[in-house]
Amino acid sequence: MSAKNYTDLAHRHAHGDANPHAIGHHHDEPHGSLREYVIGFVLSVVLTAIPFWLVMSGAIADKNTTAIVIAAFAVVQVVVHMIYFLHMNGKAEGGWNMLALIFTAVVVLIVISGSMWVMYHMNHNMMPMHAEQMD
Amino acid sequence: MSDAVHSSGHSAPLPASLTKLGKFWDLNEHDHPEGHSTMLGFWIYLMSDCLIFAMLFAAFGVLGGNYAAGPGPRELFELPLVAVNTSMLLFSSITYGFAMLAMQRGSVSQTQMWLLVTAVFGAAFLSIELYEFSNLIHEGATPQRSAFLSAFFTLVGTHGLHVTFGLIWLFTLVVQVSRKGLIQANKRRLMCLSLFWHFLDVVWIGVFTFVYLMGMLR
Amino acid sequence: MTAVPLPATAPPPWSPLLGRISLEQLPFLHEPIVAVTFVGVILGGIALVGALTYFRLWGYLWKEWFTSVDHKKIGVMYMILGLVMFMRGFADALMMRLQQAMAFNGSDGYLNAHHYDQVFTAHGVIMIFFAAMPFVTGLMNYVVPLQIGARDVSFPFLNNFSFWMTTGGAVLVMASLFLGEFAQTGWLAFPPLSGLAYSPGVGVDYYIWSLQVAGVGTTLSGINLIATIIKMRAPGMTLMRMPVFTWTALCTNVLIVASFPVLTAVLVLLSLDRYVGTNFFTNDFGGSPMMYVNLIWIWGHPEVYILILPIFGVFSEVTSTFSGKRLFGYTSMVYATVVITILSYVVWLHHFFTMGSGASVNSFFGITTMVISIPTGAKLFNWLFTMYRGRIRFDLPMMWTVAFMLTFTIGGMTGVLLAVPPADFVLHNSLFLIAHFHNVIIGGVVFGTFAAINYWWPKAFGFKLNQFWGKVSFWCWVPGFWLAFTPLYIMGLMGVTRRTRVFDDPSLQPYFIVALLGAVLIAAGIGAMVVQYGVSIWKREELKDESGDPWNGRTLEWATSSPPPAYNFAFTPIVHDLDAWEDMKRAGVGRPLDGYRPIHMPSNTGAGVILAGISTALGFALIWHIWWMAGASFVALLVSAIAHTFNYKRDYHIPAEDVAAVEAQRTAQLERLAQNQGAAA
Repeated sequence: MSAKNYTDLAHRHAHGDANPHAIGHHHDEPHGSLREYVIGFVLSVVLTAIPFWLVMSGAIADKNTTAIVIAAFAVVQVVVHMIYFLHMNGKAEGGWNMLALIFTAVVVLIVISGSMWVMYHMNHNMMPMHAEQMD
Repeated sequence: MSDAVHSSGHSAPLPASLTKLGKFWDLNEHDHPEGHSTMLGFWIYLMSDCLIFAMLFAAFGVLGGNYAAGPGPRELFELPLVAVNTSMLLFSSITYGFAMLAMQRGSVSQTQMWLLVTAVFGAAFLSIELYEFSNLIHEGATPQRSAFLSAFFTLVGTHGLHVTFGLIWLFTLVVQVSRKGLIQANKRRLMCLSLFWHFLDVVWIGVFTFVYLMGMLR
Repeated sequence: MTAVPLPATAPPPWSPLLGRISLEQLPFLHEPIVAVTFVGVILGGIALVGALTYFRLWGYLWKEWFTSVDHKKIGVMYMILGLVMFMRGFADALMMRLQQAMAFNGSDGYLNAHHYDQVFTAHGVIMIFFAAMPFVTGLMNYVVPLQIGARDVSFPFLNNFSFWMTTGGAVLVMASLFLGEFAQTGWLAFPPLSGLAYSPGVGVDYYIWSLQVAGVGTTLSGINLIATIIKMRAPGMTLMRMPVFTWTALCTNVLIVASFPVLTAVLVLLSLDRYVGTNFFTNDFGGSPMMYVNLIWIWGHPEVYILILPIFGVFSEVTSTFSGKRLFGYTSMVYATVVITILSYVVWLHHFFTMGSGASVNSFFGITTMVISIPTGAKLFNWLFTMYRGRIRFDLPMMWTVAFMLTFTIGGMTGVLLAVPPADFVLHNSLFLIAHFHNVIIGGVVFGTFAAINYWWPKAFGFKLNQFWGKVSFWCWVPGFWLAFTPLYIMGLMGVTRRTRVFDDPSLQPYFIVALLGAVLIAAGIGAMVVQYGVSIWKREELKDESGDPWNGRTLEWATSSPPPAYNFAFTPIVHDLDAWEDMKRAGVGRPLDGYRPIHMPSNTGAGVILAGISTALGFALIWHIWWMAGASFVALLVSAIAHTFNYKRDYHIPAEDVAAVEAQRTAQLERLAQNQGAAA
């Protein structure tokens, strides 16, 4: 009896709308603005063009240096895409998106570098002919 | 035991019992809005897809130097073609962004228009990739020729397959938007495809850097 | 370039209509053992289908179960799938034990090499993918939404689809028994043995496609449960107020999502080698079989923790409930789980120390492996301290938990032993390794599943399981396990290798006979378990639990009726403490008795069955190279998936009157119970 009165009261306090779609409008969904997309696009064009130019022109004589530089450009461009196109930030979905991304990045790093490390040593120890065969 | 599972709301005086009941049970809850987990779920799916690509990159990283006395990247890759292809994907990215902006404005026709423009760039990307593949195969650089070529075709081809599914999805959404308009469900789907499409861009950054550009440096 | 040796068997002939299917491919026509099994299965199948038709159960099953998106029903279906496949996997185990006990003194045993190799492969594949995985997924599906006070998972349709994909994979494995053959490669199908040159038949293709079909289901269900745990917790349930089982489920699903794609990718590369002729893992043209071993263990090690972490969660719930105490060291338990999750990605090489990465690499992975035993040890101490000075009730779940603690600790210690690379060089691929991982998987996952079944059965069905037969099962299983695997430890130390069919040294035979006796004792344990279920269902009125809280539980799943209504909770609980239900009981708070509101629920759909059915057909066509069927099912899959997205009406509201009616029954039930208890007192 008493509980009923209370919940009736609560009903009036509630949103007064049975339609669930009207409630809980999401503000954490990724939204971009024109400015963001244009900045992202310009940055990614620049960050793509420079590595291509570096390799095609051979501007840096040392190949290892070139490789490190273009890898750095790639990392920067990935970050640019994440921010301007994928609208990543620490707040979307209560930070879970960012956490998932960081976790995945760590796992990706482990499996790629780990595999290369493991397989390099394995080839070195077990297939000494390997390197000569390739050249 | 009995008072534990039984309502004490009956006999106790009104305010205390009710606050207790209301403290432990959400008496005026509303439904979870439909699709409230979709964006998070789709993001997690993308992370899992990321690991598939990580495996293919790892395979390329380990096997990419094994030419088996066959052709290597320097003989095979044409960087100008790759540059054109990359620009197709970049253009498709910004046009998809325009589609999202049109969606936020609530314009059905502009959303569809930009989606179709995106599809044109996506299709151009795929055509150039297929042209490149057919050239390579004609030159005898088939996926069967060496571990390097197996890894190359699989990595780049898997990315291309993703773009293909993205295109199928995109056309499905164009139809669905024209049928139902920009309702919440369709907006959510467009946002998922946006994540998917831009995610493929990110993967492509890895492909052109580590496969094509670094291949030319070997 | 080295020349490829001739394949062991010639590839089967091919026709456009039936692909590689021919009369030759029906093993029951020429193998008596398979023929007897086949007749048995056919008769059993006819009996089952006949009974279902006679009792007109098809419509009920389709409407209430197969198309259901209710996480509870899907959870139960996963458990049934797991139990059925567990029986099949165990039959394989018995066959191996019998073969190895017989094959001495010139005897060839009763299994030929082709058959025996399939048996040990199928045993591993089935036990891991189609018994242990469904058990774990089923438990998480059933319990997690209830524990977090939710009404269903985040993506209920996807949940149904995932279940049917797992079942589709199981169907393909079972089909290989009577049509064609299964892989003869061992459960991870290492190339070059699994490559086209050495395995030209359909066995490895069965292996690949059953795992791919099931793998899609596993990955999607992982995504689903992560989203559920993140987004659908009851108000007030902060991360550090989540029940431990939910925590371990979260970490497990993170591992699933971040490792099953690895398996998918590796199997894709292997299938490209087999179907297209690429050279990832071949001996020629720059391929590297060792790369396969490396890649698949990147999945394989996290998989071990996918199986054991949720079981650690089960033991935490059971220990705390049956000791009548809050879990000791909840925070450290959570951190230990998270640390194990991350560390499980940096230990994979310990599965192939002997492949030759050298001292530096081996030391790194040896040390990380030893490090991972620290959080695991911390967990064990937490359970012990929870029991310390607790008022322990030795019901069946607690008995299994104690058996786990004793058994698993020994298995863990032999694991640390194997983590030392020089020791591993001696013990690699020996029966010692076999004994070790059965020690942790049976002692951990299997015992834990039994603890969980005994613990949550009353919640799922409203009556407890029979104690007597449960104890018979327990006392057969635990000594049976030790009898079966102690001889393997001893023989492994002496250097006996795994997967061996025939033995030359007669002094080993007594060990294998003892191991066989152990397996027979385990078989008795499984029999007693089946009797336990049967007797309990038969006498369900006597074993009835109406309170919904038969063990004096502490977490939210015990706050609702048994079995819970479709919507789980008429009102969503609000959480103020770690043991939320214990907190409510302490506060003496009851259920709200009126003011019900319509409840928003997902609708059932047949789309999951259809999509998974087509995927299974696609897998079947690819196994047998029936290209027209593969093409047709691929197109059908695409079309029906797209068609499904045109269905926008996927939910409904349970009217408030219906909720009120169900809840009124519950109120009457509780009042009756209170009166009976009052009368008894």
